[in-house]
Amino acid sequence: MYWSFDLTPTQGVVDHLAATVILALSATPLRLVQQKDSQPRMSESQQPQASQRFQVHLFVTCLADLFRPSIAFNSIALLEEAGCDVTVPMSQTCCGQPGYNTGDYEATVPLAKQFIATFEGADYVVAPSGSCAGMITHHYPRILEGQWHERALDLAARTFELTQFLSEVAGLKRPIEQRSDVGSVTYHDSCAGLRELGIQTQPRHLLNTLCRADLKEMERTDVCCGFGGTFCAKMPELSANMASDKLEMAQASGATTLAGGDLGCLMNLAGRAKREGIEIEVRHIAELLAGDLATPAIGESSQS
Amino acid sequence: MTISSNDFIAQSVVALQEAERLRTRKELGKHMPALRTRAVEEFGDFEGLREHVANVRQHALDNLDYYLPQFEQQAIDNGNQVHYARTGAELNDLVLSICQRHNARKIAKGKSMVTEETELNHHLERAGLEVVETDLGEYIIQQAGETPSHIVGPALHKPEAEIRELFLDKHPLGPRELEDPPAMVEEARSVLREHFLSADVGIVGANALIAENGYSLLVTNEGNGDLCANLPNILIVCTTMERVLPRARDAAALVRLLTRSTTGQSISCYTSYYSGPRRQDDIDGPLETHYVLLDNKRSDILASDYKDMLQCMRCGACLNHCPVYIGAGGHAYGSVYQGPMGSVLTPLLSSLEESHTLPSACTTCGRCAEVCPANIPLPDLLRDLRHDESRSKLGSGRWRVSMKLHAWVSQHPRLYQLLTGLGVRTLHRMGRRRGGFSRLPFASGWTQERDFPAPQKDTFMHQYRKQAAQDE
Repeated sequence: MYWSFDLTPTQGVVDHLAATVILALSATPLRLVQQKDSQPRMSESQQPQASQRFQVHLFVTCLADLFRPSIAFNSIALLEEAGCDVTVPMSQTCCGQPGYNTGDYEATVPLAKQFIATFEGADYVVAPSGSCAGMITHHYPRILEGQWHERALDLAARTFELTQFLSEVAGLKRPIEQRSDVGSVTYHDSCAGLRELGIQTQPRHLLNTLCRADLKEMERTDVCCGFGGTFCAKMPELSANMASDKLEMAQASGATTLAGGDLGCLMNLAGRAKREGIEIEVRHIAELLAGDLATPAIGESSQS
Repeated sequence: MTISSNDFIAQSVVALQEAERLRTRKELGKHMPALRTRAVEEFGDFEGLREHVANVRQHALDNLDYYLPQFEQQAIDNGNQVHYARTGAELNDLVLSICQRHNARKIAKGKSMVTEETELNHHLERAGLEVVETDLGEYIIQQAGETPSHIVGPALHKPEAEIRELFLDKHPLGPRELEDPPAMVEEARSVLREHFLSADVGIVGANALIAENGYSLLVTNEGNGDLCANLPNILIVCTTMERVLPRARDAAALVRLLTRSTTGQSISCYTSYYSGPRRQDDIDGPLETHYVLLDNKRSDILASDYKDMLQCMRCGACLNHCPVYIGAGGHAYGSVYQGPMGSVLTPLLSSLEESHTLPSACTTCGRCAEVCPANIPLPDLLRDLRHDESRSKLGSGRWRVSMKLHAWVSQHPRLYQLLTGLGVRTLHRMGRRRGGFSRLPFASGWTQERDFPAPQKDTFMHQYRKQAAQDE
């Protein structure tokens, strides 16, 4: 039995605020696939010399900040291992995805501007989430105009999802003897990372080169897990149906760990697995890459 | 139509409980994408073709004031009559008046989403005409008195046994087995053949109108479109103005995209171009042919930020690839257009008031846009419709207010960190032993279907700040 908490069943504004803060970080959006190439990137000459250390500002993302700080701590460890100086801007909050994906662009614009002002001093911005990185690279330019649009594009060119940065920019490598065994893993491609940022090979490559992982691909790994930000709370039955399908495919792969790059999707999957009594460890890719199996998997008890 | 689009959530919950139909949709969701993928890979530069056709169609839409009159003139020169209908009611009246002028009693219809949109059949039947749908799927749902659940496969929701019962009930052919689908298809074919031969008017749709020669294009897999178009004396093509393409070769390019996206076929079984009435040396064909071109708000869409939606070629790929459609089924959308394309089109063709739930029936996963042969940025359009919904305050007030509040708190980092810290530490203390919550009063939408994983001991920001202080 899980800890059960039953107060008044009525949902007030505060309830919804809380629900929103907690649930609404969408793992989604999208741009057309062929536009991936048009995403601005730094030219060779702009990139720091090999001898320089990468100056990285970490965007923790609000879900990791609130629910799973180990993702951020492991991200810092990985970035430092890759030769980066990591700064965590302390005034960061949320990138504005919840409001944006529910159509409240007006409420999103000030958050986008705040984010840009907070992070634009960085050489690189790295986020352990495809949907948050995609929000910055793809959607800020879409909702900002004039000078702010230009600043958004400029920041977009320096913003990366964690596995993308580690493999494509920092080129993190690890000697064989330092690679820890993370068991059998199946990787769920979160939608925004996959379709906005083209993240598919990077996490698998890193699992194979930084750890000893037995990668087992599940069927139709490109299908949404049903999280979708506020979707999972607005249409819970449809969302749960999708999560169950995903878990069924993950189980059929034979892997004991289900990994992914977006905590929203992972909380949805771990929560559904618990509800259905499905035995599978759900973890963020940063934890596996850092070899941190000591931290209980998502949704597991933290008291032995 | 009795189901309202704003009942989507309740209807989808019902659909999820219909186990057999859900299983069928899940099979569809597996096999149709696989067929499409194979066809696209075999083709080679599908991306290049997609971009080419999208550019051509954009050009045609941007210059509709040139190509539409060109099509009209060419079609008239070929002996057709061309009519324009601003609304669905106007299209229905125009078609009825043509039928009545010829004292028609029976109409054989090919598959046409435009006439589904205008509910033409009801209009003609109310005037005493007999209308027979001849596409097998459309025929099945017409016999059953149901609405289409998929724009390409309108009867996909009907299990085999239901169709057998339906045919045994509706066809007065005495006791028989109808043991398998081929037997049922054979029976429908022979029943329909009589209708083709006795119909006074044929009505079909069009996949494209070709400006340079005034022809229309129709693809079918059953050949029923050609029988509707060639056997009755009168042919009426009902379609919409955004189907216009400049050249015949553009229509050929469109077919390459369309059939691969729809069924994974390299070409449909029947791909027909209609020029006009029977000429002197022709051995068959209609004596009189009409085009009825419907607007029904498409001019407004063309002038709006949603004009990309006019590139939709009704292939159904977005439905087949949409996990929400697969779960909810087509009828939940309360519209003749379902899935991602339907969730964009329905609010635009009716009103956002009547269908503002539909744009939220989407995780913005983007699989639809990835496979859309017309390159329509469906998730962006759906999100923009949510923006319209938000601005016109149509949806839930609680969500709207909580978004505003969330945005406001997020703009005050100290307050944000104070509140999140308090909340997280409380949740951690309550949930750490079990690892999660099976019920949380403020997240009932979440915990209705899944446990809520408990947070680790404190927010990252608090832990990091403490750690930094210790280091100093």
